[in-house]
Amino acid sequence: MSIRLEHLNYIYSPNTAYEKHALKDICLEIPAGEFVGVIGHTGSGKSTLIQHFNGLIKATDGKLFYNGENIYEPGYNMKNLRNEVGLVFQYPEHQLFEIDVMSDVCFGPKNQGLSPEECEKRALEALRLVGLKEKYYKASPFELSGGQKRRAAIAGVLAMRPKVLVLDEPTAGLDPKGRDDILDQVAYLHKQTGMTVILVSHSMEDIARYADRIIVMNHGEVMYNDRPKNVFAHYRELEKAGLAAPQVTYIMHDLKERGIPVDIGVTTVSEAADEIMRALGTEISENEDMTGDGMLDADAMGGDTSDAGATGDGTPDADAAAVGRASGADTADSKNMEKKR
Amino acid sequence: MMDMIQTEKLIFEYEKRDEDGNVIGTSRAIDGVDIDVKEGQFIAVLGHNGSGKSTFAKHLNAILVPTDGTVWVDGRDTKEPEELWNVRQSAGMVFQNPDNQIIGTVVEEDVGFGPENLGVPTDEIWQRVEESLKAVGMLSYRHHSPNKLSGGQKQRVAIAGVVAMEPKCIVLDEPTAMLDPVGRKEVLKTVQRLREEKKVTVILITHYMEEVVDADKIYVMDHGKVVMEGTPREIFSQVEKLKQYRLDVPQVTILADELKKRGLGIPAGILRKEELAECISSQYTHGNRTGMDG
Repeated sequence: MSIRLEHLNYIYSPNTAYEKHALKDICLEIPAGEFVGVIGHTGSGKSTLIQHFNGLIKATDGKLFYNGENIYEPGYNMKNLRNEVGLVFQYPEHQLFEIDVMSDVCFGPKNQGLSPEECEKRALEALRLVGLKEKYYKASPFELSGGQKRRAAIAGVLAMRPKVLVLDEPTAGLDPKGRDDILDQVAYLHKQTGMTVILVSHSMEDIARYADRIIVMNHGEVMYNDRPKNVFAHYRELEKAGLAAPQVTYIMHDLKERGIPVDIGVTTVSEAADEIMRALGTEISENEDMTGDGMLDADAMGGDTSDAGATGDGTPDADAAAVGRASGADTADSKNMEKKR
Repeated sequence: MMDMIQTEKLIFEYEKRDEDGNVIGTSRAIDGVDIDVKEGQFIAVLGHNGSGKSTFAKHLNAILVPTDGTVWVDGRDTKEPEELWNVRQSAGMVFQNPDNQIIGTVVEEDVGFGPENLGVPTDEIWQRVEESLKAVGMLSYRHHSPNKLSGGQKQRVAIAGVVAMEPKCIVLDEPTAMLDPVGRKEVLKTVQRLREEKKVTVILITHYMEEVVDADKIYVMDHGKVVMEGTPREIFSQVEKLKQYRLDVPQVTILADELKKRGLGIPAGILRKEELAECISSQYTHGNRTGMDG
């Protein structure tokens, strides 16, 4: 289910005073099953880009291949493409319209021409996937809270069982718990169903936590297309492009500048904790007896020494590693379901 | 210090209506809130979606008036109809979506709209427009069309529009929710500048925890009540409690907490990147030094 763009351009209102070259010669490939993050300043072309993925916007020129087929070829089955590539817009709750949540979620599959029984089956499945409680299924979508509405709207897309799920800032305006719940749910779906996920977000921390790869858009061009670690290493360039790196990445750079030998290619909290423990641990374990002494520092800073003392004796190195594993900090795994910041 | 905003046993109930518009019940969005904001303070209000923070904010410039209890803005009771304009002039509001707040076709006209409505003389309007655009760092865009600006720039224009009305207090309801990281930073810097240069009282409502680490005081709302209040350090050292209220702590604080759990001597409630780096590096140099001694 790969998506491949070749020299794709898009111009809004060509030959008018409002002409805007929104996408410039975009070449990229999104292989099936990947979790891709898309970041970029406001107006960088992110939303325009993703609306090409299911043919909502037709490129001014260039090619877009879905599973090897150019969707701009005459006779291409657009309807099928839209069934397979599900798009969740910004503020999708504004598109809720049915009398109850269940009917709203059934709307997509109904339009796919499925039987009422099948529609309902898929709707139930989708509602369970987004974690919306059963008592809301017959409620008016307008009675739900912001986070619940958004889940209902996402369920409406999931009920169509897309192979590619594209989400445009799905967490904007949600509280932290709502943010985590929705993204954890998406990560879970990604793992369970193997669907491709394309996530647009302004939260660098969220992107770093979930994406295998990041596409950075800047003034209509692809600026970077790489693993989070490599992308966020360019934090100064990112700042010039309206973006930033996750907070932890800045801390690692700061530590490095202070002469602590840490790997600066760290983008999540658990990776950072591992890396800091490793850097400090090496030092401490060279002077095993000194670890107790080290705790005096903590005391002086008003730290909770009882806590520190517990792991302070013994070999801190091993301790740190054990805790790291227990909290799901294994880097390969941390890209999946059990997200631990 | 003078009280800028004071609420006493503030209660607000929404009326639920059926299809014909008959009242079929009420739902309590604010349930006995007592808040006291002094002039010049920077106050943050946190809370999950539906906790009542926006409803609360709307009481601060009389978009809503209390069902019960009282709100005083700069000493004026917002329930008094004759105080309405004075209240609105004392407390300006900035909302989440800049596109919904900009009405002018040229930046300077948009900013002039507020003072014009207040009946400010033309010469002074232009003077205020210039000053406010300068205060938000957008003076060079005065002749631009707002449509062509970035999200952060639009939001700064919206803030300038409020500043031009010369309010003593600005209430910002999730002003950065739709912005990219640099846009967020621009808006926060602007707010900081207004506090320093114009001594404006600021009330910031947000879901981004790292935006409120400089606040004088944080209020946490849940089910229409204030459930926590304190300095950022006091609030963010209670990670578990915040999570119960569907909130979070800044990423730096999470990392500090994690390192503490793994045995590093790190104090609770670390809020800033530099603070944590300092703390870690002091442990490192200590280890290093003892290493050389041994």
